[in-house]
Amino acid sequence: MNINDILSVENLTMRFGGIVAVNDLSFTAERGKITALIGPNGAGKTTVFNCITGFYKPTSGTIKLRHSDGEWRLERLNDFRISKIAKVARTFQNIRLFPGMTALENLMVAQHNTLMRASGFTLLGLFGVPSYRAAEKAAIDLARYWLDQIGLLERADDAAGNLPYGDQRRLEIARAMCTEPALLCLDEPAAGLNARESAALNELLLKIRAEHGTSILLIEHDMSVVMQISDHINVLDYGVKIADGTPQQIRDNPKVIAAYLGADEEEAIAVMEGET
Amino acid sequence: MDYFAQQLINGLVLGSIYGLIAIGYTMVYGIVGMINFAHGDIFMIGGFIALITFLILVSIGLTAVPVILLLVLLVSMAITSLYGWTIERIAYRPLRHSFRLAPMLSAIGMSFVLTNFSQVAQGARVKPVPPIITGGYTLHEGADGFAVRLSNIQIIVVITTIVLLALFTWLVARTRLGRDMRACEQDQTMASLLGVDVDRTISMTFVIGAALAAVAGMMYLLYYGLVDFFMGFVAGIKAFTAAVLGGIGSLPGAMLGGLLIGLIETLWAAYFSTEYKDVAAFSILIVVLIFLPTGLLGRPEVEKV
Amino acid sequence: MAANASQAKTARGPDAAFILKKAVISALVALVLFSLMIGIRTEAGSDGQLTWWTRFGDLAAMVAVVFGGSIVMELLRHWWGPVDTVRVVPPSAQKVFSFAGRALVPALLIFTFLVPVIFYDERYILDLGILVLTYVMLGWGLNVVVGLAGLLDLGYVAFYAVGAYSYALLATNFGLSFWICLPLAGILAAFFGVLLGFPVLRLRGDYLAIVTLAFGEIIRLVIINWQTLTGGPNGISGIPRPTMFGIPLTPGDGGLADRLGIEFSPTHRIVFLFYLILALALLTNWVTIRLRRLPIGRAWEALREDEVACRALGINTTTTKLTAFATGAMFGGFAGAFFATRQGFISPESFTFHESALVLAIVVLGGMGSQLGVALAALAMIGGFELFRGLEQFRMLVFGGAMVLLMIWRPRGLIGHRAPTVFLERNTVISSDLVKEGHG
Ligand SMILES: Nc1ncnc2c1ncn2[C@@H]1O[C@H](COP(=O)(O)OP(=O)(O)O)[C@@H](O)[C@H]1O
Ligand SMILES: [Mg+2]
Repeated sequence: MNINDILSVENLTMRFGGIVAVNDLSFTAERGKITALIGPNGAGKTTVFNCITGFYKPTSGTIKLRHSDGEWRLERLNDFRISKIAKVARTFQNIRLFPGMTALENLMVAQHNTLMRASGFTLLGLFGVPSYRAAEKAAIDLARYWLDQIGLLERADDAAGNLPYGDQRRLEIARAMCTEPALLCLDEPAAGLNARESAALNELLLKIRAEHGTSILLIEHDMSVVMQISDHINVLDYGVKIADGTPQQIRDNPKVIAAYLGADEEEAIAVMEGET
Repeated sequence: MDYFAQQLINGLVLGSIYGLIAIGYTMVYGIVGMINFAHGDIFMIGGFIALITFLILVSIGLTAVPVILLLVLLVSMAITSLYGWTIERIAYRPLRHSFRLAPMLSAIGMSFVLTNFSQVAQGARVKPVPPIITGGYTLHEGADGFAVRLSNIQIIVVITTIVLLALFTWLVARTRLGRDMRACEQDQTMASLLGVDVDRTISMTFVIGAALAAVAGMMYLLYYGLVDFFMGFVAGIKAFTAAVLGGIGSLPGAMLGGLLIGLIETLWAAYFSTEYKDVAAFSILIVVLIFLPTGLLGRPEVEKV
Repeated sequence: MAANASQAKTARGPDAAFILKKAVISALVALVLFSLMIGIRTEAGSDGQLTWWTRFGDLAAMVAVVFGGSIVMELLRHWWGPVDTVRVVPPSAQKVFSFAGRALVPALLIFTFLVPVIFYDERYILDLGILVLTYVMLGWGLNVVVGLAGLLDLGYVAFYAVGAYSYALLATNFGLSFWICLPLAGILAAFFGVLLGFPVLRLRGDYLAIVTLAFGEIIRLVIINWQTLTGGPNGISGIPRPTMFGIPLTPGDGGLADRLGIEFSPTHRIVFLFYLILALALLTNWVTIRLRRLPIGRAWEALREDEVACRALGINTTTTKLTAFATGAMFGGFAGAFFATRQGFISPESFTFHESALVLAIVVLGGMGSQLGVALAALAMIGGFELFRGLEQFRMLVFGGAMVLLMIWRPRGLIGHRAPTVFLERNTVISSDLVKEGHG
């Protein structure tokens, strides 16, 4: 594991019965950079995320995470601890907000652990001690900041389930950011967004990287997003890494083009250039 | 050893009855995804109808036992299925696409209705019947004078269960209705798009479940020689426990769970204490679910995220 | 919406032939259903022999009732518009409702406080009030588990029983006072809540339902069979009545009446009990409202909405579930201790599945998660139940039927929306269609 890396996945394999969803995969993500994981549908990208964030126990392999707070072997941590202690946050391919709670409440839930401590594990909070009130105010301020960042301040008090699709996607990112993560894993954040929305998303992610120093691991289909903002790209096909490099290198790699669209190179190139 | 063998036989017979009821729970659960709380009471109604039919047949002078049994079985199955059908129509169908707890509470309400309907209509006292089928075989006579016996009624219960189970398995695996049922279980919207009459299939599921419960009710009547309005509750919970233990949604699981609950209960009563036999059955359910959260034969569910 | 309304308007009048056909079919079905169950009556004679006689008159009457009922239902349905139409309340009406709702709470509260004053001489009403408040408290307690955390609990009565027996045993065996036993009963019940919580943590939906049901039955069966401790089916009698912080509410020297220099009346105790359960219920309510606004309460609701997302946010779902079970159980335990001291006698008969179902029905009918809704539902259910007091046998029949009808009428409960726990600008309520019900 390089000194500059925040995440190092080594020889990760994940089997479901007969299916080998991820096969002996190794890659790293550099601190403070945006690392992308791309590949056709069913390539095993989401499975990699699920292994990193503890939803699946990998069949074999190691996942190392290192940042200023310490060093962890993620495959050995319990699911919620990965977010709580190791500071890895994620979003989901199919949005998983709390639909019956407001946007603001969603962001408050994300600050659960901080607030829990401040509320003296509920007992002090029950009697409304001033220190808890201050902590709650700080939490609301953080939520307000992120709502502002994603342009949803006006809709803070609306139910998350009532927001338009694109807003929900951004809200999920804001919610993940409210856990103050060191590594942010985004599973297809641009899926279903229109061109304007995905441009806004680019800006948001670049801002997160620049202003918060959060490292980002990104799964994405939308090449206009991937090619423009990634620092490094890993390409997965049938659970195996077939290439990695800078956006420019990936764009020129014939293996990637083949994996993406089979034989039809012209079209593949069009996709890679982000023209669709 | 002999004592154990005898308890094994008793347990399996009781387990067959639970299994028959459990199939109704598991089928409805598989297709509609709800606990049909009233199913235990359907079993009770089945027992009552069998009892009344039996009384009528005897008092009009019928004496041939096999004829009586067959008629009782048919009448009981027919009328009880209509109960299953009606309940689905009244209490569950309007709530099919509703909030999940609503049909469950509706079912609990329906269970209260049936229990108390039966109490009001037939009185609160236990109804005994004289033994209808007597005799049996001595399988093994021990030196200490303890004999392992297999009574005729036990044979009838087990054979009926096996025959019904075979019939039922055939129905699900080979008939059009069975195919429709499996289709609805997988995906109701898709099934209806492909021309499956979902309403009818669900109705039929309730009808079949109720018919099996009626058989169980009749077997209970023959085996224990009594029925009462409250018997549906405990039997219902046990059968549902059996269905969950076996893995809800799985038909062989329901039967397996039924047999296990029957055995646990009987053996516990025989070797430890009668009072705590139900506690034992429930505790084992809890223990099994801790280790196998989807029951013995249930499909393990890996949540896709 | 508009299309639906115009459709309803243009629809032709009730089709007599259709309604008649439906009624005839219903009557036929009823005839078959009731043929043996009502047409024939069986009874065990004195010699143990079963006798039977016919009741064709009753059968005919029932079939006629179904026939008539079917016609009435069909007409009503026509009158009220198609069943499938969702009738949306216009925003102006919603405002009126929300204003009425805001005024309703203080009005109800003031009225409740005044009940013992207004009905001082009506023992029956006071008793009924105490009963309703007990169920309000149980409803609010279970609401934490089912309404907030979305965990289905079919064995809530177990905690009620643990509370009642804790108080009864501690008071009769060790002579501890009610005020010492009350917290102990709550703690013991909470402990049982955790005990139940552990095995069910990984279970979802109906597995959870059956295990909680089984747990409730286990507790009841143990109470019945552990005769040396619990007195078995005979129960425990002679449970001490509560004192008003040490001052007994009895006639004679040192009693409350004696100290105040007023004439003793048994009503004093009833009034005291009334305020006691009111205080306990309000405590439950206060704690629940506070908890909802604390991180733990938000985590409960988040758990109901999406457990996977909770885990991804670093929430320990295990302890979150356990605290929900424990909190709900604790309130059940308090209510149980109150029940024991009010009755002075408890037996396993008071803690059947029927009680769990009743409390669950109150929570669901109230509109899961709504405190006001739960209180109204308890009032409606227990009050409605009382109306049938004279008809002991039909009571449960009607109760069951009412449960079915209420669920069909309002599957989401009386108050089906959720109020946010925190807001920046506007405190808008959230429609129940968005709120998830958990996997319980
Ligand atoms: N929980 C699971 N059980 C069984 N198979 C799974 C599971 N999760 C993923 N898979 C399989 O793993 C493969 C990779 O899926 P996924 O990681 O979702 O792909 P991607 O996100 O790259 O589209 C697919 O074949 C999928 O069916
Ligand atoms: Mg994916």
